[in-house]
Amino acid sequence: MFQTAEFQENNHANEIPVVGRILCAIAIGALSLGLIVVLMFTDNSSSMLPSLVQDKLTQSGVDNPVTAVLLNFRSYDTLLEIGVLLIVAVAMLPGVPVGSVVNRDMPGGNRPSGRLVSIVPNAQVNPVLEAILRWLVPMIIVMAGYMLWTGASLPGGAFQSGALLAGAGVLVQLSGRIQFCFTSTMAKLLLTIGLITFVIVAVGVAAITGVILQYPVTLASPLILVIEGAATLSIAAILLLLYNSLATQTFEMSPEPSALNEEPSALNEEPSASNEEPSASNEEPSALDEEPSALDEEPSALDEEPSALGK
Amino acid sequence: MTQDLLYTIASIALFGIGLFGLIVVRHIIRKILAINMMGVSVFMLLVASASNVDGAADPVLHAMVLTGIVVAIAGTALSLFLASKIHSLGQASDSDGR
Repeated sequence: MFQTAEFQENNHANEIPVVGRILCAIAIGALSLGLIVVLMFTDNSSSMLPSLVQDKLTQSGVDNPVTAVLLNFRSYDTLLEIGVLLIVAVAMLPGVPVGSVVNRDMPGGNRPSGRLVSIVPNAQVNPVLEAILRWLVPMIIVMAGYMLWTGASLPGGAFQSGALLAGAGVLVQLSGRIQFCFTSTMAKLLLTIGLITFVIVAVGVAAITGVILQYPVTLASPLILVIEGAATLSIAAILLLLYNSLATQTFEMSPEPSALNEEPSALNEEPSASNEEPSASNEEPSALDEEPSALDEEPSALDEEPSALGK
Repeated sequence: MTQDLLYTIASIALFGIGLFGLIVVRHIIRKILAINMMGVSVFMLLVASASNVDGAADPVLHAMVLTGIVVAIAGTALSLFLASKIHSLGQASDSDGR
C-alpha cells in the first residue's frame, strides 16, 4: 500500500490480488453496515446547539445563523481555516521548486515580481469566449458583492463570494488575454489580507472585551463585514492561485509502463523509453521558463504541451 | 426522518466506496479522488444529521461543512500539486539513468 507513487493508468503489475480485494470489500461492507446501524439508533435531535444559536443570534450582529456561527460564535474555526488556505497557497506559489533554495541573486530564477495583472498583447482569443466574458465577468463580480452582503441575513458570505470571484478569474485566465502574476507585491497583499485583517480584529477586540475574538455587541456587525470583505479577497486570490499552479503543472501520462516499474518485459523497451523521457523532461522546464520571460509566448507555450505529450 | 435516513445510508455507502478505492486502487490521482469522496460523504452525513424534525436545521453543522469544504479544496489542490511534483521528480531520476 505504501510503495512508490503510481502514475500509470493500466499497470496491473503491483495491483492488489483479487482475494485481497474481496476481503477488503467484505471488511468495508461490514464497517459500513455497522456505521449505518449505529447511526440509525443515534438520536441527534437532542442537541443543545441550535437553540443556543437561536438564543444568542441577536447579539451576533448578523441575522443568518450560519454566518453567526462561522464568524462570531466559532470564529476560531474560520480564522484557522483562512490560515490553512494561506499555508497551502504559500506551498503552491509559482517559481519555488520543491526541495530547492530560492536563488535571489539570479533574476531569471523566479518569476518577475511585476504587476498582478498583465495583458498579453497579441493573444489568440476565442471571439465567442471573449464576447461571453465581457458580459459574464462584470455580472459575476456584482454577484460576488451581493453574495458577500447578503451573507448577513441569508445564505451567502465570504466563501461563496470568494469562490465566485475565483471562478471569474479562472474564466479570464482561460481566455488567454490576461495573465496573473502571483509573486507580485499586490498579489502577496491580496493573498494575506484576509488573515491579517482577521488577526488584527481578533487582537483588537481583545483590547475592548478582554477576550480574543469576542466582539463587542454593538460593533459586531461592521466588524464581521470587514472581516468577510477581506476574507473574500483572500479566498478568491488563493483559489485562483491554486488553479493557476495546478494548470501550469505538466502531467504527462505515458501509455506504456515506464522504466520505474522495472518489469521484465519492460526491460527490453527501456532504452527507447529512456530516450523518450529525457527529451520530454527537458522540454518541461524550458516551457515553464518561457512564461515569465516572454509573456507574449504564453499561449504558444500552452499550445506546445500537447505536442510534447504526443512525443 | 426517512429522508434523513436515506441521506445517512447514502453517505455511508459513499464513504465505503471511497475507502475501498483508497485501499485498492493504485493510481495516485484516483487515490486523491477517493479521499475526496470520503470527505464529501462526511459532509453529506453532517448535513443530513443537521436536519431537524421540528424547525430550522442546525447551523453549527452547516458552518462546519462550509469550513470543511474549503479545507478539502485546499487539501486536494495541495495533494495534486505534490503528486505532480513527485511525478516530475520520478521522471528526472529516470532520465539520470536509474
